[in-house]
Amino acid sequence: MDIGHETLVAISKSWGLFYLLAFSVGVMVYAFWPGNRKAFEHARTSILAEDDTPLEPEN
Amino acid sequence: MISRLTLSERQLALGVLLFLGIIGLAMAAAGRNDPLGGQGFIVLLFSVGLAFYVMSGYFAPEPDESRLASYYDDPTKVGIVLAMFWAVIGMAMGVWVAALLAWPELTFVDQAWASFGRLRPVHTSGVIFGFGGNALIATSFHVLQRTSRARLPDQFSPWFVLIGYNLFCIVAASGYLMGITQSKEYAEPEWYADIWLVIVWVVYFLIYLRTLARRKEPHIYVANWYYMAFILVVAVLHIVNNLAVPVSFSHAKSYSLFSGVQDAMTEWWYGHNAVAFFLTSGFLGMMYYYLPKRAGRPIFSYRLSIISFWGITFLYMWAGSHHLHYTALPQWVQTLGMTFSVMLLVPSWASAGNALATLNGAWHKVRDDATLRFMMVAAVFYGLSTFEGSFMAIRPVNSLSHYTDWTIGHVHAGALGWVAMITFGSIYALVPWLWKREAMYSPRLVEVHFWLALAGTIVYVFSMWNSGIIQGLMWRTYNDSGTLAYSFVDSLEAMHPYYIARTFGGLLFLAGAVVGTFNVLKTITLARHESATAAEPDMPAIPATSAVQAGE
Repeated sequence: MDIGHETLVAISKSWGLFYLLAFSVGVMVYAFWPGNRKAFEHARTSILAEDDTPLEPEN
Repeated sequence: MISRLTLSERQLALGVLLFLGIIGLAMAAAGRNDPLGGQGFIVLLFSVGLAFYVMSGYFAPEPDESRLASYYDDPTKVGIVLAMFWAVIGMAMGVWVAALLAWPELTFVDQAWASFGRLRPVHTSGVIFGFGGNALIATSFHVLQRTSRARLPDQFSPWFVLIGYNLFCIVAASGYLMGITQSKEYAEPEWYADIWLVIVWVVYFLIYLRTLARRKEPHIYVANWYYMAFILVVAVLHIVNNLAVPVSFSHAKSYSLFSGVQDAMTEWWYGHNAVAFFLTSGFLGMMYYYLPKRAGRPIFSYRLSIISFWGITFLYMWAGSHHLHYTALPQWVQTLGMTFSVMLLVPSWASAGNALATLNGAWHKVRDDATLRFMMVAAVFYGLSTFEGSFMAIRPVNSLSHYTDWTIGHVHAGALGWVAMITFGSIYALVPWLWKREAMYSPRLVEVHFWLALAGTIVYVFSMWNSGIIQGLMWRTYNDSGTLAYSFVDSLEAMHPYYIARTFGGLLFLAGAVVGTFNVLKTITLARHESATAAEPDMPAIPATSAVQAGE
């Protein structure tokens, strides 16, 4: 198959467009998923903790 | 430093240095009169010198298990000092080449190595890879451990990455002076240095994965995503853009696998993503950790930081072709690069806005604390230069700006205003934490550094904007008979005052870096002096009786 300009444009206008759209929807869903709210809030605030040692492993 | 390594880690270090020394010897022998021979001697000297250092501490008593109850920060400490060292070298080179442009007769040594073409890459690689890269490696180890609440998996590999990376920088910079180059912007080092960097980089990425696998926090903090994108994408870019065949194993010269416009497209796909993932992504990781930490406020919107992360990661990949407007590159590829560059403004401003909104409510701290002010100004310049970048990527705008000093002004708005400012801010925050002191040796000198850096950046950027736009307009002015109104030399003469102003701006910025380096070194010696007199063990407060780590 000859991959020329037309083929590439067709691929970008279909699959290229769809994968980027699907990807951005996926990112939005992940960012706004209610179940993730707690983990994000914890990550957001926990870096401010003063404790500067690794957590003890549970073993 | 060596006494904190276990015996097997010391042996491993010596083994690797021996291997490296043999490689250096082989390069020196095989290269003979080729520049490769000279590079071989540098590798050999570097390995032998370091091996002596390792041997000097070889018989020191081994560290006990209590070390596992604290983070491993030695490579970060050395990395910070190396970053400041490279900042001074790289920026001094910048001032030198800027002076050469204003006063070409300044080439006072009539030697090939002292010519503009050889000194310039020492400046660009010195500041980007030497200063920026060391700062990224040093801070990434620090942030990774804190946000994962886990210690680095071993003590040898972080040293391998840091020292190996600096070997790459030294080989690159010395090679430029000898006349070795691939003639690719930001990818000048030849094949043997490129192969070495791949090895170092893979180990770097593995450290990240191994530490994250041991993390005690369920969620991976967003700064790590940025750092990982930086490591992973730079690996991909570096490998693809440097696919080349050496003339022979005894020659420094190689030929690229690509040719013509494909070569140009590969280079600028690499070049623009080096800006994106080396100079942006990694430093955003720095910003998302040190700015909230220093301000004592959590990031304004965590969700926004995730969305802008994926936005930046996926849009930047396609933007490189805007470097090749009006060239042999197909029109649609140029349009593609232009469109993605414009879209990039959204996630870029999301990050800049997120940083500034985090400071909202802490403006009194920004006023009083020059360290936080460094980070605030960095966020502002990040917003400014990403807007400018999107604007300049638009084809008709590019017809005015391309090949002019406007591009240089844009790069330095990003490099001085954003990259260097966020780095200095992070280093000033990090140094007192790491060396366990209340503050830097002199907060006043931080203030001095801040104003030198800001004044230097503004003088530099404004002079290049003026110069670039004048230059661009002169190149497109036609007279009544339809020929160019100005010769190239006319435009060169018009640029002269701006070149002098640029040199002065760069000198101010360099002076700031020198002040900063002095302050950092002074803080370290003070901290060492204090800990020596107090004789306090450098240990965390909690007792470390059962501190055996998972997987040990």
